[in-house]
Amino acid sequence: MLKSSLGIRKVAAAAAAIAMTSFGGAAFAENVSGQPLQYNLAAPVTEIARQIYDLHTLMLVICLVIFVAVFGVMFYSIYAHRKSKGAKSASFHESVKVEIAWTIIPFLIVIGMALPATKTVVAMKDTSNADLTIKATGYQWKWGYEYLAGEGEGISFLSTLATPRDQIEDHEGQAVARGENYLMEVDNHVVVPVGKKVRVVTTANDVIHAWMVPAFGVKQDAIPGFVRDTWFKAEQEGIYRGQCAELCGKDHAYMPIVVEVMSEENYSSWVQAKLDEMKAKQDDPTKEWTKEDMVARGEQVYNANCAACHQASGEGIPGAFPSLVAAASVVGPQDAQIDILLNGKGAGMPAWKQLSDVEIASVITYTRNAWANAGTGTDPVVQPSAVTAAR
Amino acid sequence: MSTTAADLTHGHGHDHDHAHDHPHGWRRWLYATNHKDIGTMYLIFSFVMLIEGGVLALMLRAELFSPGLQLVQPEFFNQLTTMHGLIMVFGAVMPAFVGFANWMIPLQIGCSDMAFARMNNFSFWLMVPAAIILTASFFMPGGATAAGWTLYAPLSVQMGPGMDAAIFALHILGASSIMGSINIITTILNMRAPGMTLMKMPMFAWTWLITAYLLIAVMPVLAGAITMVLTDRHFGTSFFNAAGGGDPVMYQHIFWFFGHPEVYIMILPAFGIISHIVPTFARKTLFGYSSMVYATGSIAILSFIVWAHHMFTTGMPVTGQLFFMYATMLIAVPTGVKIFNWLATMWRGSMTFETPMLFAVGFIFVFTMGGFTGLILAVAPVDIQLQDTYYVVAHFHYVLVAGSLFALFAGTYYWLPKWSGRMYSEKLGKLHFWSSLISFNVTFFPMHFLGLAGMPRRYADYATQFTDFHAIATVGAFWFGLSQLIFLWCVLRAWTFQQGEPAPAKPWEGAEGLEWTVPSPAPFHTFEDPPTVK
Repeated sequence: MLKSSLGIRKVAAAAAAIAMTSFGGAAFAENVSGQPLQYNLAAPVTEIARQIYDLHTLMLVICLVIFVAVFGVMFYSIYAHRKSKGAKSASFHESVKVEIAWTIIPFLIVIGMALPATKTVVAMKDTSNADLTIKATGYQWKWGYEYLAGEGEGISFLSTLATPRDQIEDHEGQAVARGENYLMEVDNHVVVPVGKKVRVVTTANDVIHAWMVPAFGVKQDAIPGFVRDTWFKAEQEGIYRGQCAELCGKDHAYMPIVVEVMSEENYSSWVQAKLDEMKAKQDDPTKEWTKEDMVARGEQVYNANCAACHQASGEGIPGAFPSLVAAASVVGPQDAQIDILLNGKGAGMPAWKQLSDVEIASVITYTRNAWANAGTGTDPVVQPSAVTAAR
Repeated sequence: MSTTAADLTHGHGHDHDHAHDHPHGWRRWLYATNHKDIGTMYLIFSFVMLIEGGVLALMLRAELFSPGLQLVQPEFFNQLTTMHGLIMVFGAVMPAFVGFANWMIPLQIGCSDMAFARMNNFSFWLMVPAAIILTASFFMPGGATAAGWTLYAPLSVQMGPGMDAAIFALHILGASSIMGSINIITTILNMRAPGMTLMKMPMFAWTWLITAYLLIAVMPVLAGAITMVLTDRHFGTSFFNAAGGGDPVMYQHIFWFFGHPEVYIMILPAFGIISHIVPTFARKTLFGYSSMVYATGSIAILSFIVWAHHMFTTGMPVTGQLFFMYATMLIAVPTGVKIFNWLATMWRGSMTFETPMLFAVGFIFVFTMGGFTGLILAVAPVDIQLQDTYYVVAHFHYVLVAGSLFALFAGTYYWLPKWSGRMYSEKLGKLHFWSSLISFNVTFFPMHFLGLAGMPRRYADYATQFTDFHAIATVGAFWFGLSQLIFLWCVLRAWTFQQGEPAPAKPWEGAEGLEWTVPSPAPFHTFEDPPTVK
């Protein structure tokens, strides 16, 4: 198997080279952004991804051989057995022997194809004895990560798209310079040590998402109310990128996954730094916050979580996402708005209980002091303690 | 044949052919009970829906021409992908095959009409309000459903009223399909001409008989799944909500128990059409008739035990993945038998390549490519890498466009002389074929590369590394879309404007079957006295 897969890889490389040249040589080997054009699966970084890569190559080669053989026959027949060349039609129209042959032989071929895959299926499902367990939770539309077991236990963070909105929106046809990792960059990377078995437990908060990193050969649906798991053991340090693979609504295309694989030493120092940072960031919910602090903090929370639907202007999108400007719940008494944030409302507005009390209080305060809402309505400042009480 | 002669003299006796026994003007269509009229209406309906679904596809392809958001917002983009799928599957491909069944099955098995003529009328006219409801959902608050054509819960539970409209429309379309299937089964089993045993029946009738059973088995399953979504949305049930004891993945199991047989519903009648065209233009009897029948039956039975290959990434147990992987790979065997039989039919024939034959050969060639990518996707580990990427989009368009749609084009050119009484323009037909074949591959072949490189499907926007292949696909899509105007003109020219050579009763030298024993165009009533088949 090893030997043959080496041979297969050579054949695939040759085939790829032929494909590249026939597509127009060097001129076509790069795309418009100057990156090399990718015709095949991502370069594998785990044993599983390598097995998948080889399985795919094996399948492709077998299929190509059959394809060439079968259609060689067909095109020969089209060439030779045409009326314009004076071909007279033969009268044969059945043969039990032939029928049996072309039932049995394909049967043996497909079983032969499935057998090597069986071992990989079993290996992919073996999530036991992990060195590190990370829970990935899908939200509309971001990922949340919690390090559940192993070095780094206790770390948790949200990971949102880092590409600025003005690179995405292109309505006036203005050329916007897009970054190298457009749509494939996030604010907080998932960091893992190299050469360690990492078990990823997936779940979701609202609808089904899927956690995919092609270089690891990993794609696992994240299902609300259930947990599933998968695993990978990255063999090379580096940054690997993937995206949500299950349609999850409006911003399905805007919740990428970035995994950074580090040496063990660097990983240990990252864990220490991350834990320190989390401790420093921990807000004291009993503290009395000033209005300015709350509004500044709330604006960050709003842009990360709310602006995708309600828009930066607070005006929403008519017919789809309601405006917050002069909305009854935003300018009225605070309790109604706290309830909506904690428990969601209707089909469109999800519950935001995963945010901290300070984050919820500050974003409410922000909406009450932003846009045309400033100075109107009751309860302009909402304290975190009110959110704590409402939970 | 006596029937033919009787019909001819009957027709010549009156200026207004059969004026005494069927209404004229709009009543002829609204009250239609004649299988040919209803078949024509089905064909027109499905072409209108093909154009609608095609326009939606071109809108989303236009957005995908370059990265970033230029033309539409993501929420509307998701409506476009969803409605493109629903309209093409339920509005275009399925009704088109029912139209063929209505026109051709009575003519092929030598009976005067469908078994339940009034139910036939009802099955057709149900589709029109359903299509209107489905289309009108774009204008409801929040727009049309944007949950993907698979309508996965819980996303479909989140949608606005457009989702309810889609559920209602699908229920109506399902009822229409079930009635159509009952009609086809009853007609085939009870009304075949004397002497036509089941194993002498034309392949198109055979494939439709099996398809009709599949439809009756699985349309109620779809109805159940979407009804559960409806009650989850409005009546407080929790079929797909874990917090209430339900399971989102259960929706997928139910949906794909319908969904996998559904893909064979869309391809088996296509196999039937191809099995008529290849022998006709090879001037040689179909090779392995009985093994073709058994292969069709095997595909139908296997289609019930492979559904979870659409769900390898949901996290199934090892045994589940292995079972569904092996079962799926087995489908390649009977499908291969069909391909080999068509090749053996062509082998040492005396072939000519009129437009129907070109589309049939194109079908065999390009459909097989879709079959091979299906085989690659059946391997569970590879599927996990490619699930929900453009590779899957490429795969199912190779089997649905180059498969079902090309077979429908082949069948239209093949039987158009019988329907219209005129020969279509061979020049335009060939132009349509080559233009469609090339632009189809320009559109969908690059999608294999996109999928392998990890481009997820149903994305309104994408990383810049995918730009080139998306741009090529968009150019191909517009070319393919415009090519279909040639088809429209070809059909209108012969059928509506009655231009072109008058067609003889049997315009194809090598054609066999009862449909070629009646004059062209087929008179309003045929086989009032059944022919005898030896």
